Amino acid sequence: MSDPATTTVEVNGFSCRVWTKGSGPKLGFLAGFGGLPRWVPFLDELARKRTLIVPSLPGYPGGGLGHTVLDTHIDWVLAVRQIVEKAGLAGADLLGASVGGAFAAEMAAIFPGHVRKLALISPFGLFDEADPAADPWAQRRDAVAGIMCADPARWEALVAPPEGANSVEWPIEMTRASEAAARAFWPLGSTRLEKRLGLIEAPTLILWGDRDAVLPPGYAQKFARGINGTTRVQAIAGAGHLAYLDQPEAVARAVLEHLS
Amino acid sequence: MKLMWFHLMPYTELPDDFNKKHPSVWVDIHSSLFDPRRAHHMYNDFMDELEYAAECGFDAVCVNEHHSNGYGLMPSPNLIASSLARRTTDTALCVMGNSLALYNPPTRVAEEFAMIDCISGGRLIAGFPVGSPMDTCYAYGQNPSLLRDRYYEAHDLVKRAWTEKDTFAFSGRFNQQRYVNIWPRPIQNDPHPPIWIPGGGSIETWRWCAEMDYVYCYLSYYGYKAGLTTMQGFWKEMEKLGKDRNPYRAGFLQFVGVAESRQQALDLYSEPAEYFYGRCLHVDPRFALPPGYTTEGTQRAGIEGMMSKAANIANPATKAALKATNMKDIVDGGYVLIGSPDEVIEQIRHVGTSLNVGHLMLLLQYGNMSKDTTKYNTRLFAEKVMPHVRDLFSDWEDKWWPKPMAKGQRAAVPAFGPQTVAAE
Repeated sequence: MSDPATTTVEVNGFSCRVWTKGSGPKLGFLAGFGGLPRWVPFLDELARKRTLIVPSLPGYPGGGLGHTVLDTHIDWVLAVRQIVEKAGLAGADLLGASVGGAFAAEMAAIFPGHVRKLALISPFGLFDEADPAADPWAQRRDAVAGIMCADPARWEALVAPPEGANSVEWPIEMTRASEAAARAFWPLGSTRLEKRLGLIEAPTLILWGDRDAVLPPGYAQKFARGINGTTRVQAIAGAGHLAYLDQPEAVARAVLEHLS
Repeated sequence: MKLMWFHLMPYTELPDDFNKKHPSVWVDIHSSLFDPRRAHHMYNDFMDELEYAAECGFDAVCVNEHHSNGYGLMPSPNLIASSLARRTTDTALCVMGNSLALYNPPTRVAEEFAMIDCISGGRLIAGFPVGSPMDTCYAYGQNPSLLRDRYYEAHDLVKRAWTEKDTFAFSGRFNQQRYVNIWPRPIQNDPHPPIWIPGGGSIETWRWCAEMDYVYCYLSYYGYKAGLTTMQGFWKEMEKLGKDRNPYRAGFLQFVGVAESRQQALDLYSEPAEYFYGRCLHVDPRFALPPGYTTEGTQRAGIEGMMSKAANIANPATKAALKATNMKDIVDGGYVLIGSPDEVIEQIRHVGTSLNVGHLMLLLQYGNMSKDTTKYNTRLFAEKVMPHVRDLFSDWEDKWWPKPMAKGQRAAVPAFGPQTVAAE
């Protein structure tokens, strides 16, 4: 299989990596917790049918130090909007997972012309005191993989340093990804997104790993109830919070079906 | 050398099976372990001990800030310091300190410190820690990725609030205030009360202290052996920056237990030391490293092995898990200095000279040490040790010590005694 084309877009003076692969109508993907330190099989599944465009968000792998100038939620939302536009995704279908899912939902809510159809995989953005989400930033080191994926080996494979990686910079980049998530979502994972869900008119698919150990499955219904457009909730069997790592084929199939 | 008496105010009645039954002494320690009626006695004992240390002639008494913490019962050290301002006369009051980013607006710190400085006649040392991850990011919910920038901005605001003569507007990244004009103002206004910075072993902090001309304090619980690498790194950096080796640029924390003999010291201090290093430092490692708390520069230095691992106080919980909890190892590791007065004199002189530290902050109460034992330790140190170590560094001027009002100008604080209500 061929490698993706890699380009960059600049936001606030920092460059963000953009991967592009495949052909057909455009589909954007905003990745979840940890970002994409490497290409993963899920992306190939999507690129079989669509022109897949995967921009890195500031602070995540490929996104450099752009998070350091984002102090407020509106700073983040406007940075993501610029990335979406500069990556050529305005008006295209948009998929977002976990932390990236919260921003995909914001795009559809605040800039409705930017998102044709929306798909979300266990998005951040809400918090319910009666059904609290886990704290992804207060985990013992050996527990992180187990809360991110149903199969901890999938997370381990995502973050393991590739051959030839800089042994000093690689772990710093992995920590930076967690910091970027914290910067936007500390301490509860909430951006009070419930106030804006009603602005989402795009048809929306909401996927949730049935073994998500970060966000309770009940949150899927909160999204479905809040969003104004047509919604469908689908559980992904055998998947944790980052369902696209655990079950790449099943998740891709559901997403592509929704978009077709 | 300055000898400063530091209290952490630990809860002294954590159960024997605390470590087995509870995951952490900090952040989510269970409320059922806290008995307010017992805490009434603890606070009063602790404040008696601080006042006693002042009477015994220590140069300063020190308090600090912790939140949701079973070994630190001072969410607000300023409350204790204000009481000490009334119950001591000449002793410096070292508040070590207020975690600036936790106050909204940060001018609250400028105000409260100015109050303490006024009440005490100019005896305040103003400590500005960033604060531990457990206190700031977990107990207080501060964003670890923004904490340091908030801290530096709050510092700038507090300093301007102390020094600018006219009402000013502050338009910061995180704080906006249209009318900054604090009342009261500190007595120490040339230019402001001495600022001391407790920090880990990061080069950024060392450089900042040098640039601002602040005292850098390394407040490790692991004593002078573990602290040596950090302090050597600090002095090397000072040399690089063209700063002199004035030992009063630095502060260091050391646990001490002095008695008539080494054996008696072991008998007296083993239990409280093991209580502290066992129960009090039982912190769940999941609260140790919120992402962004440690700067990338410090991470890089750590990974590259440029710094000793022991230098990283930002990671106390992980360290605690690896550290000794029995008295033999505690003493061998240098966490607690023990011995007869002569033995302690020798060790204190060694600590002072090897680390080149002019401000020695002493923990003479730790863990569940009783008031009687604490007073014994304090008195013996003051009478038998202090006179023989004070001469250290007498060639250097301590430019970072409070400059109080002249004694004759200060208010006379009446002796306290319970009032008897006369029958009508």
